[in-house]
Amino acid sequence: MELLPELLRGANVTIKVLLASAALTFILAFIAGLGRISKNLLIRKLTGLYVEIFRGTSLLVQMFWIFFALPAFGIHLSAYFAGVLALGLNYGAYASEIVRGAILAIPKGQTEASIALNLTRWQRMRLVILPQAFRIMLPGFGNISIELLKGTSLVSLITLSDLTYQALTLRNTDLSYTMPAFVLLLVLYFIIALPLLYATRWFERRASKGVAS
Amino acid sequence: MKLEKAKGQIEQPVVSYKDVNKSFGDLEVLKKLNLDIAPSEKVALIGPSGSGKTTIIRLLMTLEQPTSGLIKVNGDPLWHKEVNGEMVPADDKHLRKIRNNIGMVFQQFNLFPHMSILENVTTGPVHVLGIPKKEAQERAVTMLEKVGLGDKLDNYPVQLSGGQQQRVAIARAVVMQPRVMLFDEVTSALDPELVGEVLAVIKELAKETDMAMILVTHEMDFAYDVADRVVFLHNGQIEEAGSPKELFNKPKSARLKSFLSRFHSSSNEKIAM
Repeated sequence: MELLPELLRGANVTIKVLLASAALTFILAFIAGLGRISKNLLIRKLTGLYVEIFRGTSLLVQMFWIFFALPAFGIHLSAYFAGVLALGLNYGAYASEIVRGAILAIPKGQTEASIALNLTRWQRMRLVILPQAFRIMLPGFGNISIELLKGTSLVSLITLSDLTYQALTLRNTDLSYTMPAFVLLLVLYFIIALPLLYATRWFERRASKGVAS
Repeated sequence: MKLEKAKGQIEQPVVSYKDVNKSFGDLEVLKKLNLDIAPSEKVALIGPSGSGKTTIIRLLMTLEQPTSGLIKVNGDPLWHKEVNGEMVPADDKHLRKIRNNIGMVFQQFNLFPHMSILENVTTGPVHVLGIPKKEAQERAVTMLEKVGLGDKLDNYPVQLSGGQQQRVAIARAVVMQPRVMLFDEVTSALDPELVGEVLAVIKELAKETDMAMILVTHEMDFAYDVADRVVFLHNGQIEEAGSPKELFNKPKSARLKSFLSRFHSSSNEKIAM
């Protein structure tokens, strides 16, 4: 049990990385998701390029690039910031497809009814389309946030002392720690994932207003 | 009635279509349509499906863009804007200004499912007309009471029958006080026993309002009762137009005769069954 404090220090780092990269992920998801259905061709192309590049290459390679290769171009980022940036950019690209798909799933009649009421383009999105699309996004967002949690373990490879890094360090100090450390590792990741599961369910309940049960 | 109509013809039409064409790909839906609607005139558009009647009102609601021709609302071009004497395609701002005059009720109701009935009817007044929320709610409640749904304010659309949903949709459009109301086959998606309640609300509205109305409908009795003028369309063109009495009792064109006879025979069949 003397392992726990070490691991909890790592869990603290993991949670910090998770929260910051989740925030970045969802911001980018909405920007890129809305961008890809924009009326403006340039915006559509640019956001499309972003999504394809970050979905099409490995997260680990992206993280290495940001942390190890960018300094060659004079851009130095802390390990924490590099990790958060890589995670956010990568998962944001995936999540943008959830945003885009959910918006496109709203029946055309909803847009037509809001045009008939003379709402502006932005009001149509904000008042009519997004509240309905949000409900469709939730299961996907739940998935993404748990995937993201598991993805945070990669930051151990760019020198951050996260949960996984601490477990590996313990094992290196004493091989007999292998079993207990790795069991605790699983349990701790699962405990961190639980609130994500519950949060998703809570949002889904709240968003089910006006839906036939 | 007669006098009003005569007056309407002198006044500037509230809506006018001039040589309007609309094609979807190779399909010509409207061919050189010319049609004027006088202020407060009630016009029924009838005709077989594919004759272009729904397209006429969708163009006016800016849901479709005309391929060529000019549509004017209150004398202002709808899809075009005059800049230095030249007609250029209208921008969003211009469309929104003209659109303020027009309201529409859809075949599929298209209520906002995530909003309560009251919210459905207050969204327009609050966010488009900029009316304070409390006043908008009062207006909405009055309107909903008028369509017989004063007790459903906090319900959600999914909890209402089709006929009730369509009446909310009517309230949502009328509360914006447009100068022209468009009705797109508003009873076609309803169970037969719910058609009556919706038509009754529209008839009542037609009687008391000075809004112009364009009604696309398959309900011939309803068209007869409500309309000042009935327009029969065939293949994207106006085949015949006139007062309901003229059109239904003394149809001139062979196409209209055959169209109407189909209706009579089908309703006779219903009775026979």
